[in-house]
Amino acid sequence: MELSGDDIVTQFLKDEGVEYVFGYPGGAVLHIYDALFRQDAVKHILVRHEQGATHAADGYARSTGKPGVVLVTSGPGATNAVTGIATAYMDSIPLVVLTGQVTSQFIGSDAFQEVDSVGITRPCVKHNFLVKDVKDLASTLKKAFYVATTGRPGPVVVDIPKDITDPNIKIPYEYPKSMELRSYNPVLEVIPTQIEKAVDALLSAKRPIIYSGGGSVLGNASEELRTFTRQLGYPITQTLMGLGAYPEPDPLNVGMLGMHGTYEANMAMHECDVLLAVGARFDDRVTGDVKQFCPNATIIHIDIDPASISKNVQVDIPLVGEVKHVLKELSKTVTATKRKPDEKALNSWWDKIKDWASKDCLRYDRNSALIKPQFVVEKLYEVTGGDAFVTSDVGQHQMFAAQFYKFNEPRRWINSGGLGTMGFGLPAAIGTQLGNPEQTVACVTGEASIQMCLQELSTALQYSTPIKVVNLNNRYMGMVRQWQEFFYESRYSQSYINALPDFMKLAEAYGHVGMRIDKPEDVEGALKEAFAMKDRLVFMDFITDQKENVYPMIAAGKGHHEMHERELA
Amino acid sequence: MQHIISLLMENESGALSRVAGLFSARGYNIESLTVAPTEDETLSRMTIVTSGSNEIIEQINKQLNKLIDVVKLVDITANGDHIERELMLIKVKADTNEKREEIKRQADIFHGQILDVTDTTYVIELIGEGSKLDAFIKAMDAADILETVRSGATGITRGETCLRL
Ligand SMILES: Cc1ncc(C[n+]2csc(CCOP(=O)(O)OP(=O)(O)O)c2C)c(N)n1
Ligand SMILES: [Mg+2]
Repeated sequence: MELSGDDIVTQFLKDEGVEYVFGYPGGAVLHIYDALFRQDAVKHILVRHEQGATHAADGYARSTGKPGVVLVTSGPGATNAVTGIATAYMDSIPLVVLTGQVTSQFIGSDAFQEVDSVGITRPCVKHNFLVKDVKDLASTLKKAFYVATTGRPGPVVVDIPKDITDPNIKIPYEYPKSMELRSYNPVLEVIPTQIEKAVDALLSAKRPIIYSGGGSVLGNASEELRTFTRQLGYPITQTLMGLGAYPEPDPLNVGMLGMHGTYEANMAMHECDVLLAVGARFDDRVTGDVKQFCPNATIIHIDIDPASISKNVQVDIPLVGEVKHVLKELSKTVTATKRKPDEKALNSWWDKIKDWASKDCLRYDRNSALIKPQFVVEKLYEVTGGDAFVTSDVGQHQMFAAQFYKFNEPRRWINSGGLGTMGFGLPAAIGTQLGNPEQTVACVTGEASIQMCLQELSTALQYSTPIKVVNLNNRYMGMVRQWQEFFYESRYSQSYINALPDFMKLAEAYGHVGMRIDKPEDVEGALKEAFAMKDRLVFMDFITDQKENVYPMIAAGKGHHEMHERELA
Repeated sequence: MQHIISLLMENESGALSRVAGLFSARGYNIESLTVAPTEDETLSRMTIVTSGSNEIIEQINKQLNKLIDVVKLVDITANGDHIERELMLIKVKADTNEKREEIKRQADIFHGQILDVTDTTYVIELIGEGSKLDAFIKAMDAADILETVRSGATGITRGETCLRL
């Protein structure tokens, strides 16, 4: 088949099985947009801002496990996409981002809408390419998908100068079915003797805990994680990125750990003698002060990325490989040894954990005359049967959603954990809904975050994505305000946004349904009404308690045993 | 401790900036970095001299390995014997007979070669380990040194172990 570069892009995407491209047109990609016009296999989702395109593709990728695809123009199109690329990079999300570039001969001349996209994105991509010859276009695209989706996933940028997609230059095209990169061999088989060492440590444990992260979700290892955890009967805690890989309502689950994790999870981390880290990266929001982190533990770490091992915390037994595969090997080996966990020690360990849990660290004032944000999330959980996809933004509302929505399945909880990008929630919900058209999608957000990508309400109307926006409106950048209350003697510098819009009218102006809820007794009814509107986006503006804080909290740089707790009258 | 990391990378534009960017982004030391093509035109060979604790050096190795363009790497200081060489060109003031003789004598001791001579200057070429070049600089009168340029270290392992595909 003879094709020009622009048609090679669309034909390749079709051959690669790409369903959606999230994008925004401009000069450098006009040939490609013309090619998109000529076909209908690949659907284009027109966003309202390139940041929205990357977050939407990201939400699509997180919720489906397939790579998200983005198409933006050169210059400002590319720079607008950078926040979303960095967001995906920090959470290891597979994206392929096609950026237009000025015509090859103008590169380096400060041409109109020229930026060095490869240079700008280099520190926040897994890899990037500049296509220099149309003959390399298809193979470069194949490499991009391969690199993005294998090993530890991540975003890959392909910068395509306009002349490469010239419709008048045709070359033979064949879909490159497979490809090889001699410098990139991501699949690693775990070393068997390491497995034996790990099993021995695990079965000798008196106070074990499993700490599972985003890698269990990304590595589709949920099944294996469940099997192995239940085989041992050990407590499991999950990170913000890992929620749902192990079902949260399960008795072995002791809740999220880290800065806003549960008391029992953090105390169990602090006192454990064997820690099994599964696809987790010892982020500072999880470890707190690394010098005080799991002070008495033998640390076993499963990760596909060798560079994750002993990066922040020294690991005793590294298990480098695919999480799924490694967990299977561990399970098999435990069965084969016929050794059992130390039941007596385990029982007294569980007694201790239950004791910590009896503190009920997530308690809040249920008799308040104001709407408590926690209450809204609890009701959201009930009304959606615990079965919704929940995206979120960044702030207190994100933590409340993580603490109070009990995820049963992986890929249901979609948030920007690594970069902490406000503005992520709404576009990510659009991508999630497109990838899961029959499912319920909620976006738990705050009045500050939602305004960072608010324009995507218009995209949601165009593509009829019936998202339910749960705006926990505390009239503050709550998380900022909380830190100022705790650490700056309540000097609320610039954390109060005066002159908020009327979100109900705003939603209506965008063609959606708006609701305002300001009494606790109306919360449940409003949620039920909203979720009953199956084909409409409903924006619920919950006027919540302005001064509610997220508890428990470990201040930055403190140890797991140094939690702040809520004091209730 | 100082480490010399040798690596083979795809001869792609931008490969160098990926390595340099990694060092600056992660705050690693970089004492010198040299890069040149190899007999295989698709590969470049880079030599990086860096320093840090064992943990940091381990991270540097892993992070470099993670770069898609890096095909293979070895820390030649970590495993066994190696040879290290650096080239220096140094321009010194040689404007009296006395000085000319003294500098010539020093250059001979260090196995240096005088490459350029004028009425007032010498350019001397010196090859050796970094410490030898440092020693030569020390042996010169600081006031006489007009200019120095050093290539940065390159190195190779002794014996049969090789960095090749
Ligand atoms: C793009 C961006 N800018 C700034 C921040 C810092 N930040 C973290 S939380 C927060 C406040 C969020 O306020 P809101 O969305 O109302 O959520 P709340 O904490 O009130 O629930 C800010 C400004 C960020 N995470 N992202
Ligand atoms: Mg707020």
